Amino acid sequence: MKDYIRIASGQGYWGDRFDAPYDQVNEGEIDYLVMDYLAELTMSIMQKQKSRNPDLGYAKDFIPLMDTLLPTLVEKNIRVITNAGGVNPVGCMLAMREVAERQGFRDLKIAAIYGDDILHQLDGLIASGNDLKNMETGKSLSSVRKQVTSANVYFGAKPVVEALQQGAHIIVTGRVTDTGITLAPMIHEFGWKNDEWDKLAAGVVGGHINECGAQASGGNFFAGWQDVPRMERIGFPIVEAYPDGHLIITKHESLGGLITEQTIKEQLVYELGDPREYITPDVVADFTTIELETVGKDRVKIKNIKGKPDTPYYKVSISYFDGYTCIGNLTYTWPDALKKAHKADEIVRKRIEYLGLKFDEIQTEFLGYNASHGTTAHKIDDPNEIVFQIGVRGRNKADMQKFANEIVPLVLTGPPNVTGFGGGRPRVRDVIAYWPALISKEMVSPKVLTIETG
Amino acid sequence: MKVKLIELAHARSGDKGDTANVGIIALKPEYYSIIKKHVTADKVKKHFGNMVKGKVERFELPNICALNFLLHNALGGGGTLTLKHDAQGKTISAALLRMEIEVDETLFRE
Repeated sequence: MKDYIRIASGQGYWGDRFDAPYDQVNEGEIDYLVMDYLAELTMSIMQKQKSRNPDLGYAKDFIPLMDTLLPTLVEKNIRVITNAGGVNPVGCMLAMREVAERQGFRDLKIAAIYGDDILHQLDGLIASGNDLKNMETGKSLSSVRKQVTSANVYFGAKPVVEALQQGAHIIVTGRVTDTGITLAPMIHEFGWKNDEWDKLAAGVVGGHINECGAQASGGNFFAGWQDVPRMERIGFPIVEAYPDGHLIITKHESLGGLITEQTIKEQLVYELGDPREYITPDVVADFTTIELETVGKDRVKIKNIKGKPDTPYYKVSISYFDGYTCIGNLTYTWPDALKKAHKADEIVRKRIEYLGLKFDEIQTEFLGYNASHGTTAHKIDDPNEIVFQIGVRGRNKADMQKFANEIVPLVLTGPPNVTGFGGGRPRVRDVIAYWPALISKEMVSPKVLTIETG
Repeated sequence: MKVKLIELAHARSGDKGDTANVGIIALKPEYYSIIKKHVTADKVKKHFGNMVKGKVERFELPNICALNFLLHNALGGGGTLTLKHDAQGKTISAALLRMEIEVDETLFRE
């Protein structure tokens, strides 16, 4: 058994800094590169792409990335785990094989983890009494069934571990939890058992640190962003995991960024619910026992992590079409910037009424004044400029389009000193709403398929 | 004397659907008990006024001298449904640090 393994985060979401994975691989020693590409909206977009072309439906950027990285990965024996497979992990695996074979890499094992996509099983599941109730509202899924655009079970680390045991060098998954892709190599390398809850919880904490990329290493860092070195080439975090279940969070020395107890604490509380019950498919982790200790420059040790048995359910992430939004904006300047913005708001609202447009919601915000901090914002007496932003949400697409046409005309028909209309008419966008539900673990099972390049 | 919470804590916020979470972390361990005493769920609810339509829940992480708040129905529906500029509640952390709390004057004396 290795003394420790180094698991590097290469991507916090699809669209994160493109060269972070290169730096993780090239600038120091790592054993695993893990990359998170998925969010609820992403799954829905991928389903749409797959419906147009059955070979698509995964994070396309992943393939050219791997095309460049592959020689170094092979040379350094670094294994890659990513949920870039989206709603078509097998398609992603096949595209990956093509790249590897074109480069002449033989005997490379590539695995796909699937079975999480239950979009085409929904009717059967509902008919057999799984009503996939919304965890927040309690409503049953049948109320929006016709609008559903994607439905995926969140699997945990177990199928990834299976692929690692089969010797896979590159593992592309569907909807595996963000934390699962960091936890899996620890289970595989250290032989942790299914009921070693504290150790599994440690892996989850490591996964929580890794899953948002540089947010653990000096990005979005409230307590000291001014002093973070070289943010233009910020080093993404590396979780150094030890067999006894403690971790050291670090980064490559040559890169920018910062690992301190404060950067780690900020990431620990990010998107946190009840800290005693961080629920994952593998274990329920407790964030209230964790101890942090600085053990070197850019090295923070995390220990005393506790865990409890997993629940009998998988979480299901369902997305469904739920109408449209359209948001437009214009910039008004001094003098009386705010008054002009208010006047523009009044005019648009009267136009909506005059034209008889029907919306479920109309909302105005004044950017540069109080859009983000609302009632808590301090007063500004005489702002130099204000961005007037008005948005509507509704179900009638024709009304949405008519609203979109009402913004730019204000330039010639409304208050003076207005700019920021270069983008033209605002776009009408689909609302893809999120439906969180639970499903009994017996109802679905992950599939692992490993192929070898020839 | 009154101080803004930003003198005592740092913070990060994010979203889970229409719920925003704000974690606040004491800048020094000795500030934690003060924050715990003064920054109650009720006070946070009042601080945000009509920005938070639902309830506010508070959780304690004494191990890292932090409190975690869940602000329900605070993101205009959340996700792609919302019309808010800050759709993911990323800036709500700083808005909470504007809160004023009463502390003993000796606190900042070294």
